[in-house]
This record gives sequence, structure tokens and C-alpha cells, in this order.
Amino acid sequence: MNEYITLSLILFTIGCVGVLVRRNAIVVFMCIELMLNATNLAFVSFSRQNGNLDGQVAAFFVMVVAAAEVVVGLSIIVSIYRARRSTSVDEASLLKS
Amino acid sequence: MTVFWLLAPIMVIAALGLVFARKAVHAALCLAVVMISLAVLYAAQGAPFLFAVQIIVYTGAIMMLFLFVLMLVGVDSSDAVKETIGGQRLAAAIIGLIFGLTVVLAVGQTVSGVVVGLKAANGNGNPYGLSELLFGKYVLAFEFTSALLITAALGAMVLAHKERLTTRHSQADIAARRMREYAESGRHPGPLPTPGVFARHNAVDTPALLPDGTPLETSISSSLVARGQVRDGFDDDIDKVVEQLDDEPEPGGEK
Repeated sequence: MNEYITLSLILFTIGCVGVLVRRNAIVVFMCIELMLNATNLAFVSFSRQNGNLDGQVAAFFVMVVAAAEVVVGLSIIVSIYRARRSTSVDEASLLKS
Repeated sequence: MTVFWLLAPIMVIAALGLVFARKAVHAALCLAVVMISLAVLYAAQGAPFLFAVQIIVYTGAIMMLFLFVLMLVGVDSSDAVKETIGGQRLAAAIIGLIFGLTVVLAVGQTVSGVVVGLKAANGNGNPYGLSELLFGKYVLAFEFTSALLITAALGAMVLAHKERLTTRHSQADIAARRMREYAESGRHPGPLPTPGVFARHNAVDTPALLPDGTPLETSISSSLVARGQVRDGFDDDIDKVVEQLDDEPEPGGEK
């Protein structure tokens, strides 16, 4: 059981580092998806460990919310791209300078 | 367990590829590998319904959306190589390493090894058990989910909607503008020249040659120029082939 949780944590960490490191907003978004998937794996694993299906239902809800989040997030990225002609997260710093 | 040890290294490597890939499309393909492997792990852990949903929703719909937006946003949206904040990557790597080690150690100490298994819970079949929970205990959350999906769809439509900032050009306007440009700057009012005219190749990446032999940039697609995939009209492989043929010794020694 511990292997599944460990794999899920490794994937989550890689997703975290990706969010911190990458500049392209779409890739940052994909790293967030990786983190969501990692938590789903943990949910399913704990569901098997505890012998009930509540964890799987939680994973199912995470998937639904992720789908909605991707739709809204990607349309935000597209509208930013339209305004700035770039999807780099460093470009969107108008409030700063 | 064999499935796990087979897939775990692939998943970790693909996840690292997501972080290190230079091009966004490669990152998306790496993410697809991780998602499909996850689906197989779900199936191996007694969650056949989530296996199907993972394939359909994640690798089907969400990855499709990602690739679609990548195509929409275009080719020259790669990452800037230089760091904006000095030493950010190193700091991120160190923080990630510390975070990962901490969480793995903490969970390794707390999670007990006793696995109940899903034999009893999946007694009537996994989808049956899930639906009993979904439409019984969690029915309120399920209803909220539908509201969320409608809101997301509306939000996407609002965000992706583009107001027309200028008036619409009719065909007559375009024709009048072309003729005006012709009168003022001498730009030809007809269609743009096709690639490959008077050049040695007729491929789309070969610019047409002007009568004096210089390549005409406007004859090729601007996205090919942006990618740097334009073939120079002169550095021609035909010359190389001719040279090679000249250099080759005659097989029989006589002609």
C-alpha cells in the first residue's frame, strides 16, 4: 500500500516543482493537472486500504472539478494570449511595474 | 503488483519529462502517458469505473483541450530560457526535494500496512457501489457539481467571446483598399505569389524567386518564417548531387 502512496507523493512533488520552474502558462497548468492526478491516485489507494468506496467517489468529484477548472483556466489563458500575444507567466506583471 | 512496478518508473520518467521538456507539445504527450498509466493503476486497484472515466475525461477530453489550446496559441510560445528571478530553478529543485522527502517519510511512518481490499465493497460491481454512494450519501455534492459544470461552460463562453473592436470590412471595402494601396505604394492588388515560382523546388517552404534571383519572403506562410523552416532558394541539394555524380569514379574505368 505504501508504494502507491509514495508514487502519488512523488508525482505531486514533481508537479509542484514544475509549477515553480516553468514559465509557459499552459505547461504550468499541465503541472497542476499532474498534481490533481496524484491526489486521485492517493484517494483510490486509500479507498482500497479502508475497504469502502468513498475515496473513489472523492476521486470522481476531483475529476469533475478538474474538468471545469481546465475549461475556465484554458479560456483565461486564451484571452490573456489575445491581449498580450504571449502565454509566459512573467509577462502578466502589469500591476507590478 | 507487477503492474505497479512496471508502470511506476514510466510514470515518474514521464512526469519528469513534463517538467524538463522544452516544447509544450512534448510536455503534453508526457502528461498523457502519466494519465494513461494512472488509469491502468486504477483498474489494478479495484476501480474499473474510474479507469474508464480517467481515460475518457482526462486523456480524452482534457488532454484534447490542452492540445487544442496549444495549437491555438501557436508555435512561438516556448519558454524563455533565462530566469527572471536569479537562482529560482535551483531553489525550486531544493524545495521540491525537501518537500518530497518530508512527505514521503511522514506518510511512510503513519500509513499502516493493513489493506482491507474492495472485495466486499465491490460485491455488486464497482459502478453499482459508486452509484449508491453518489446518489445517496453524496447526492447534494452531485447536484452542486452540475451547477459547477454549467457555470464553467458559461464562464468559458464569456471569457472566449471576442468583442468586435473595429467595423466589419466588406468585400467592396477590401477591394477599394487594395486599389488605393496600388495607387499609393504600387503593391500588387492581386493575390500573393505562390511559393516555389522560378525556384528549384516547388515545395511550400521554398520562396519564389524574383527576376533578379532574390527570394520573395511574402510568397511563403508567415508561420514557416516564425519557425525558421524556410528553405533558402539557393543552397540547393541539386548542386550537391551533381557534384557527387561528377566526383564518383567510373565503375568500369572506361566510358
